[in-house]
Amino acid sequence: MARIGFERLAHAYPGAAGYALKPMDMDWDHAGAYALLGPSGCGKTTLLNIISGLLRPSEGRVLFDGRDVSSLTTERRNVAQVFQFPVVYDTMTVRENLAFPLRNRGVPAAAARARVEHVAGLLGLSERLDRRARNLGADEKQKISLGRGLVRGDVAAILFDEPLTVIDPHLKWELRSRLKELHRQVPVTMIYVTHDQTEALTFADRVVVMSEGEVVQVGTPEALFERPEHTFVGHFIGSPGMNLLRCAVEGREAVLPGGHRVGLPRAYPALAGRVELGIRPEFAAVSREGGLPVTLRRVEDLGRRRIARVELGGSPLAATLPEGMPVPAEPRLVLDPARLHIYADGRLAAGSA
Amino acid sequence: MAKPRDDRAWLLVLPVVALVAFSALIPVMTVVNYSVQDSFGNNEFFWNGTGWFKELLDPSTDLGGRFFDALWRTLLFSALCLLIEIPLGIGVALSMPRQGWGVSASLVVLALPLLIPWNVVGTIWQVFARRDIGLLGAAVNGLGVDYNYAQDPLDAWITVVAMDVWHWTSLVALLCYAGLRSIPDAYYQAARVDGAGAWAVFRAIQLPKMQRVLTIAVLLRFMDSFMIYTEPFVVTGGGPGNATTFLSIDLVKIALGQFDLGKAAAMSIVYNLIVLAVCWVFFATTTRRESEAAR
Ligand SMILES: Nc1ncnc2c1ncn2[C@@H]1O[C@H](COP(=O)(O)OP(=O)(O)OP(=O)(O)O)[C@@H](O)[C@H]1O
Ligand SMILES: [Mg+2]
Repeated sequence: MARIGFERLAHAYPGAAGYALKPMDMDWDHAGAYALLGPSGCGKTTLLNIISGLLRPSEGRVLFDGRDVSSLTTERRNVAQVFQFPVVYDTMTVRENLAFPLRNRGVPAAAARARVEHVAGLLGLSERLDRRARNLGADEKQKISLGRGLVRGDVAAILFDEPLTVIDPHLKWELRSRLKELHRQVPVTMIYVTHDQTEALTFADRVVVMSEGEVVQVGTPEALFERPEHTFVGHFIGSPGMNLLRCAVEGREAVLPGGHRVGLPRAYPALAGRVELGIRPEFAAVSREGGLPVTLRRVEDLGRRRIARVELGGSPLAATLPEGMPVPAEPRLVLDPARLHIYADGRLAAGSA
Repeated sequence: MAKPRDDRAWLLVLPVVALVAFSALIPVMTVVNYSVQDSFGNNEFFWNGTGWFKELLDPSTDLGGRFFDALWRTLLFSALCLLIEIPLGIGVALSMPRQGWGVSASLVVLALPLLIPWNVVGTIWQVFARRDIGLLGAAVNGLGVDYNYAQDPLDAWITVVAMDVWHWTSLVALLCYAGLRSIPDAYYQAARVDGAGAWAVFRAIQLPKMQRVLTIAVLLRFMDSFMIYTEPFVVTGGGPGNATTFLSIDLVKIALGQFDLGKAAAMSIVYNLIVLAVCWVFFATTTRRESEAAR
């Protein structure tokens, strides 16, 4: 159980050009449920391995509860880690596999037995405890891997590196809720790596969004949705992602493609670089009157809602087509002014009220 | 759907039958033929039935005593070779580098002894271990140890076993190294997270992954050491006395030295059957163990 901190932490693999992980400073709360979310190759595994000590960062320090652990080995850091692909010890039974981390640390047999049975129950492995691990299917092998991560009662943190990749969708959902439930019962820091936003948003209290070796935002799922601090977050989270329109900002007004002007909730100073206006499709509605004139390209039915693909002054946008509303002959686009954000060179620009 | 049947197809296997006949069947049958006959020179042969076999398998006779002595010696030699080469080979494989230039360097060094012909290995050691001019023999004697493989049976044994270890440990090491290389990094990472020490990693990960190659290594090394001939023959000639006269050396002595073709033929058949039997037992137990593990 620990607060995890990073000080000027960065990593470059030897021989590779540039950083795999760009310099960062962060503090993660004790007993939080964190998700590391980002596309393939953005450095999630690198960060995780640095936390667990499998990888030594080329720069900076890792702190557990304020104590520098950068030079401690994985064994001494007292963390558990579950990998993307199942690792089971072939010659052992399921029970022996689950007890392995305990046995290596000299936990008394009776206590170990109780822990193993508890964890097996949690993961639905109770019936298979005395089977040989090598003959089980991929799902079950991964459950064993998960079990070995969960079996120790005293860890500072449990790290999951895309642990459910090989598991079928139905079981995936169930196991994820089990993990969540476990987190509620036992206050331990959990860090869950994934590139699936649904997985991240349902599991975590805090989502750490990464892109190209950089942490672009840490926040609650709501914050990521309502106030993306980076266009990458806006785009990556939500489906469809946030609309981004090139614009020019003049005080409290933005000039959109086609010369349309919209009022902004905040006043902005002069902005340099690439300036964009961001609005989520959820807050842009197609309507019969008001707003801005748009051309409708097509309508997608997502089941629970309908998305209209429209064009404003030549720029494509996704908008919501309100329930029950027939497709208007002369569609207009109404933007919720409170939900407008301005980005300069990808980063959220601070305005003043 | 019935396939047309044409017995002429059998003709197609004739070439193979002929090849096997000339390369294996006919030589073996010649040996079998000798083993049931006695000869007094002049190319005259007399029917002797199972006489040679009875004599061979009865330790109280001359031939039987000699045979069993050589058999125990050979088995002891094989056992010593396996006991030293297998653990040593595993040890070498475990301490080999896993990346960098060291990999190819150590592979080349390991492969060297394997590339040397048997009788050259024998000659190398014959000279290397000589007490007067051999680097090893002279050095050991210089240290005050009385070492002479030509006269002391124990020294002779140490020399032939050391020679076999020198020659063949590489093979075990290379096979084990191949097994070790097939272990994904994630296993080592998981073991570190699980707090496994070096011994636990060996037992839980490395040994199981090496099991298949070790099976092959044990089989190869057993067969090879059990049938060894050239190297000890060059170094000790089977001596001093009969101290290092292994089955194959004894066989040659009987067949070519004394020209007792019947005895030698009976002996080679029994020798051959022992090899086959060991092979079969070995194969049967490993396949059974594997099919059990698969359950
Ligand atoms: N051992 C290594 N040596 C050199 N470069 C590496 C090494 N491991 C990873 N990288 C590089 O570092 C970057 C980050 O890799 P990392 O494995 O952390 O990504 P990831 O976010 O976990 O991706 P994925 O979702 O595919 O698992 C990638 O560009 C990758 O090519
Ligand atoms: Mg990864």
